[in-house]
Amino acid sequence: MRAVITVIGKDNVGILHRVSGICAEYRANVIEVTQSVLQDMFAMIMLVDISALNTDFAVLSDRMNQLGQELGLSIHTMHEDIFNSMHRI
Amino acid sequence: MLNVYDILETIRMIQDECLDIRTITMGISLLDCIDPDIDRACEKVYEKITTRAKNLVSVGQQIETEYGIPIINKRISVTPIAMLCGACKGGDPVKFAKALQKAADACGVNFIGGYSALVQKGFSAGDLELIRSIPEALDVTTNLCSSVNVGSSKAGINMDAVALMGGIIRQSAELTADRQCVGPSKLVVLCNAPEDNPFMAGAFHGVGEPDCVINVGVSGPGVVRAALSKYPDASINEIADIIKKTAFKITRMGQLVGARASKMLDVPFGIVDLSLAPTPAVGDSVAHILEEIGLECCGTHGTTAALALLNDAVKKGGVMASSNVGGLSGAFIPVSEDAGMIAAAENGTLRLEKLEAMTAVCSVGLDMVVVPGDTPAETISAIIADEAAIGMVNNKTTAVRLIPAIGKKEGEILEFGGLFGSGPIMQINRKSPAKFISRGGRIPAPMHSIKN
Repeated sequence: MRAVITVIGKDNVGILHRVSGICAEYRANVIEVTQSVLQDMFAMIMLVDISALNTDFAVLSDRMNQLGQELGLSIHTMHEDIFNSMHRI
Repeated sequence: MLNVYDILETIRMIQDECLDIRTITMGISLLDCIDPDIDRACEKVYEKITTRAKNLVSVGQQIETEYGIPIINKRISVTPIAMLCGACKGGDPVKFAKALQKAADACGVNFIGGYSALVQKGFSAGDLELIRSIPEALDVTTNLCSSVNVGSSKAGINMDAVALMGGIIRQSAELTADRQCVGPSKLVVLCNAPEDNPFMAGAFHGVGEPDCVINVGVSGPGVVRAALSKYPDASINEIADIIKKTAFKITRMGQLVGARASKMLDVPFGIVDLSLAPTPAVGDSVAHILEEIGLECCGTHGTTAALALLNDAVKKGGVMASSNVGGLSGAFIPVSEDAGMIAAAENGTLRLEKLEAMTAVCSVGLDMVVVPGDTPAETISAIIADEAAIGMVNNKTTAVRLIPAIGKKEGEILEFGGLFGSGPIMQINRKSPAKFISRGGRIPAPMHSIKN
């Protein structure tokens, strides 16, 4: 089971650190990270393995939302299936 | 790895373009709740619904969190209650309405549909009692939806039922006049009613359906409009292609959510209804898609053609995305629930006659149309008959959900709030169809109904 975490917003120091910190805390293993900064806009997409998660998916998702609010970023945590089903035949 | 562009596209659709799952509807058969004692039958109904649907809302919420996609409504549809009424030896059918409302409250669902009767060819035991009780049932409940099927391509149109429904709609509006005439907004009169429709107010659980089933209704007019806005100079063929591709993506999401819900609830997955269902929210309007295609205002000449194109492309795109497509499937045009339709009706571009023409090429009918408070019952019946005729002859579902705004006249507005929106009162034709409606009887089925 894999989830996609997307982070979009104004660039700042330590975003990747904070997000991956939460992943580590809940044992979500980071598989791949794509990150770019365009005109001050930070965009990161992180693929994480959630099969060994030590909490509910909802808790991880809520915690990411909280972090997003704290840092003024938009953070979405979504199951990988939604992207696969929408964009792959 | 997933494509970055695809991921961002999905997120944009949900966040900025109002993409959502409109409803997960659990269909529940109540045939095993039939009992000659109406009170006992009501107990069985309550028991069965609350057992079957006890986890519906929590599962819906869990899927919302998992996939990050809003599921706006969780609903229940049941076997047409007239069938249960038929077996009861006396007793007031409103007792069923109250039992359904109680069950809906216990499960926490947004709507429960199935206070219905299927009378396309005539009335059987229980049908008339149920229909006559509709105004009171809708008055004493808040989340109950009612529907009556008065015609079909196979059976013709039951004009006695059509005549009766004009009065029932008026009565329902009068009883709820102090609440923006909300009664008839939960009552729909259908021709060729689908048995697996997840959308209200016409949802009921058909007799050919399994004991319990999950149906999903998707939404997403905003996504289609946003996709079209990127191609201002595209030809009509290209427009059809863009709509198809977008409808495919929307429906795939419905399929995913339906399959997941069915697994979690251990209930078979029925169908995805691939409809473009608008809401009054900004950016969630079917009228605005038509305007994006190139009409100055929805309702002007060309609207029917543009809608036909849209409706067909939605079906073609969606049909490949789901293993089972059903329900109404197409574009909805409820006036009060669509910001673009409201504006077009207010400025006089969208009129009742044009809406009627539009219903010949889209998936439903005259939906959430507010008419003046002094509209006679027989005029309402005649509007129903016109719509039913369009459905019967064209082998399609048509429906009428009219709201007579008691005490108000043309140009004024009824405010329903929420998903129901606000409805400008539309002009009607004042010449009387009373003689036609009073004749009674049945309009025979068209020649092409004889297919065997």
